[in-house]
Amino acid sequence: MIGLSHYLILSAILFSIGLVGVLRRRNLLMLFFATEIMLNAANIAFAAISSHYNDLSGQMFAFFIVAVAASEVAVGLGLLIVLHKKYGTLDLDNFTVMKG
Amino acid sequence: MITIAFYFFSILITLLFLVTVMSKNLLYAMTSLAAGMVLISGLFFMLGADFLGVVQLIVYVGAVMALYSFAMMFFDASRDIKERNGSSMLVFALGGAIALLLVAMFSAPIIGEGAVGLYASAEGATNPQAVGLVLFTKYLVPFEVAAVMLLVAMIAGIILAGKKMDVSLSTTEDESDITDDTQGGEK
Repeated sequence: MIGLSHYLILSAILFSIGLVGVLRRRNLLMLFFATEIMLNAANIAFAAISSHYNDLSGQMFAFFIVAVAASEVAVGLGLLIVLHKKYGTLDLDNFTVMKG
Repeated sequence: MITIAFYFFSILITLLFLVTVMSKNLLYAMTSLAAGMVLISGLFFMLGADFLGVVQLIVYVGAVMALYSFAMMFFDASRDIKERNGSSMLVFALGGAIALLLVAMFSAPIIGEGAVGLYASAEGATNPQAVGLVLFTKYLVPFEVAAVMLLVAMIAGIILAGKKMDVSLSTTEDESDITDDTQGGEK
């Protein structure tokens, strides 16, 4: 039988996959993908706990996480487009100097 | 039946997200991420969070992934990403250690006894109705704040992405005062 712990362990596995992505990748767009994975893992944990306690607060937090992720993508992709226009690449190693 | 569905979904999600993290091609990564998000909405439906599953499908797969694929038109997506990976052993060790820590943290609610639900689902209401009841009473102020945040993000995205939109990309690369080593091997 599938219980709460199954969902939480799946969520932890997905979160660590996203974490490995954040630590490993050098491309900024790939970092965004890994961030989305981590947010989705948190959403799974929220929904599982919400269903386990028969409580809607977890789902509410998951909705707000979705809203935060949507706005993060909007602003972040705008910044990525500006960076790509300026430098022609999205590699993090080229952005070590903070000169505007 | 639920067991088969859970393992089907979770193994597929894990594999797809591993492809996202490990892939060298931008398009493969984006496609597998979108597919994994569709499967995550299946998990939400299994958990009884119907409205959250629909929101996941519409917002993540519909809006966020469409935004990524629009942004992909600005970047060179067909070329493989060349990355210089230093010590991947260190990264995997760190990831594994944090994963262990996370399992301990995430399994804490199983041991905890005092946790009770704050806002139980209304009796006889379907999940979208119950979500609406809680969202527009207890969580009304955060809802409005989230709406303002989305508006700010929309304006910021338009301003950032629309900067120098009238000039084509190739001419801005020629005019910009970037040093030679930053644009090596581009186009």
